[in-house]
Amino acid sequence: MSDIQVKKLNVIFGKRKKEALKLLEQGLDKAEILNKTGCTVGVYDVNLEVKQGEIFVVMGLSGSGKSTLLRCFNRLISPTSGSIIMNGTDILKANDQELRQIRRKNMTMVFQHFGLLPHRTVSSNVAFGLEIQGLDEQERIKIAYKTIETVGLKGYEEQMTGQLSGGMQQRVGLARALATDPDVLLMDEAFSALDPLIRTNMQDELIQLQSKVKKTILFITHDLDEALKLGDRIAIMKDGKIVQIGTPEEILTNPADDYVKAFVENVDRGDIVTARSIMFENPASIRIDHDGPKVALRKMRKVGVTSLPVVDNDNRFLGFVKDEEMAALEHKGDVKMSEYMHAKKEVMAVEPETPVAELLPLFLDNIYNMAVVDKDKRLLGVVVHSSVIGEMIRKDQQEVVKIKEEGGLVL
Amino acid sequence: MSIEPGKYVEKGVEWLSTNASGFFDAITAGIGGVVTGIETVFTILPFWLVILLLAALSYYLPARGQLFTKKGWKAGGGMAIFTVVGLFLLYAMGYWEQTMQTIALILASAIIALAIGIPLGIYSARNDRAEQIIRPILDFMQTMPAFVYLIPAIILFSVGDVPGVVATIVFALPPAVRLTNLGIRNVPKDVVEASRAFGSTKRQLLYKVQLPLAMTTILAGVNQVIMLSLSMVVIASMVGAGGLGQEVYKGILQADIALGFEAGLGIVILAIILDRITQNLGMGSKMNQEN
Ligand SMILES: Nc1ncnc2c1ncn2[C@@H]1O[C@H](COP(=O)(O)OP(=O)(O)O)[C@@H](O)[C@H]1O
Ligand SMILES: [Mg+2]
Repeated sequence: MSDIQVKKLNVIFGKRKKEALKLLEQGLDKAEILNKTGCTVGVYDVNLEVKQGEIFVVMGLSGSGKSTLLRCFNRLISPTSGSIIMNGTDILKANDQELRQIRRKNMTMVFQHFGLLPHRTVSSNVAFGLEIQGLDEQERIKIAYKTIETVGLKGYEEQMTGQLSGGMQQRVGLARALATDPDVLLMDEAFSALDPLIRTNMQDELIQLQSKVKKTILFITHDLDEALKLGDRIAIMKDGKIVQIGTPEEILTNPADDYVKAFVENVDRGDIVTARSIMFENPASIRIDHDGPKVALRKMRKVGVTSLPVVDNDNRFLGFVKDEEMAALEHKGDVKMSEYMHAKKEVMAVEPETPVAELLPLFLDNIYNMAVVDKDKRLLGVVVHSSVIGEMIRKDQQEVVKIKEEGGLVL
Repeated sequence: MSIEPGKYVEKGVEWLSTNASGFFDAITAGIGGVVTGIETVFTILPFWLVILLLAALSYYLPARGQLFTKKGWKAGGGMAIFTVVGLFLLYAMGYWEQTMQTIALILASAIIALAIGIPLGIYSARNDRAEQIIRPILDFMQTMPAFVYLIPAIILFSVGDVPGVVATIVFALPPAVRLTNLGIRNVPKDVVEASRAFGSTKRQLLYKVQLPLAMTTILAGVNQVIMLSLSMVVIASMVGAGGLGQEVYKGILQADIALGFEAGLGIVILAIILDRITQNLGMGSKMNQEN
């Protein structure tokens, strides 16, 4: 298995495809093209790379072309132009025989409305892919039973699928997709038809399952929260185009345009935005056994802060020093900084992946800024209290500074 | 100037009867064989055995899965009794042979109509173009008065059971095509998509997904084909087809009210029995789908 590269993919529905493609290249939008040629633009100029073993989420409003894009991967829809490279070959160039082989062995799909066979039992639904491959009955039922167990449906093997709840039906759908042990799972709004509670459960279980099976998953959703929760990376689609690709955090902290911003505005960012994205990088710091109180004070004044992190010669974080204490020591001459450094009592350093929501309570009993360190305790940055609060109330840095100046934020 | 489409049809039929007589002789022999075959089976068996078999069938189909329970009896018991009484009445009135002839004619027509209609329906379900062409032809076949089919039938197949069966097939064919087409097209899109996504061939898709899911609708088509075949028995007798239809026709020609009534009653009894039996064919798959 390898990564999958999508290059210059276009899907146009209608008779005058060539014409429509030309107009698209001239920069006309979807509505104009529909007007002029009667063609619908499903997907336009999509370039992306899905990495092996990641959950790649495609998100966008209804009609933005997500399903169309997904169906190009197993060619349930034939793209007008472009290429999708997997294992060194272009899926879009495969002949019927090769395509069937790809569908049987490499890629399976989970559908929004399950797409189960109502006249069959759970186990025979799960075994469907294997049956299509021509595996004999005993073998495929054995595999089906095992797969049914992994999706938590043990005991339901011989029920008819119509008797099951939506959530259980989708587990059958998932089991069916896993039974052939494919490299890639295509999931089209797989949880969108489920009740919110069951939906959350399924998301959790998918994450759990993924940590075991490590498939490459392409997951379609129109729900940002779902995208943020599941996606290692997210592509945001609008009118057939991809407007941004990034990690959940990148999408939240740095939306590419107003469309993405509009999505992002109503999200609870606390769980997604991490210390890394709000920290000040390469902060001013004090080297222990090297810098004295005078240097510390000068640096503080220069940067305009009331405390500074202290590091050793390898840039490993040790603690903080405060301005008032430094001021008191200023004329004492030779002092050991380590004696005046605050290092013990409270948590003073976090990892860059710590979500903002977890940072906030730490600040409550910590008057200092927070150091961000890597695994070897090397200082990466400093998070200040105001950034965290700002992040939690979804204002950007400048706005927070302004509020602070107006005396609205007590720090 | 006048346009005379009838002339062209006439010319066409004449041309066929002179140039393709071998072909039509073969068809005649084939259809004749099917009819006689079925008729032989039904007449060789003693009448009481036929009655018992049909009664058992009309009990079994609706009562499937709960055969020897009160519920099962409620579902199928009445019809079983009706079958026994009705058929015995026909036997007692002296119409047994004609009844068996009629059943043979209906079955032969229906089997052939289904053998043509179901594949055609499958084809038109998978091909929009074909559907566009086939649909108006079916409309035409069904709206044309059934009597009209008798004329070319008699020219191409002479007189007897065969032209009757041919006219019946033409008349009874459309619902087989239509309902097969409808049933397959109504299979949920995502189920078909799922099947394709797992790499099924067209054949696998048809046999494992489309036909099983369309079965209820297709069986409704089977029921309609049989009922339409039955409705043709009197008309078919005008070109020499035998059975109860012929008795009714004799009754008309001889103004014999008693004969007409008795044979007519026989057709009604057969109609009720066949309708119930074929209606319940589809129940099993319907129950599976609902569960
Ligand atoms: N088979 C089709 N024929 C014509 N237009 C289509 C077809 N399938 C999808 N479309 C159009 O392509 C666009 C993208 O649809 P889709 O991929 O289903 O969006 P999404 O999954 O994001 O809701 C829509 O404008 C839709 O109307
Ligand atoms: Mg969709």
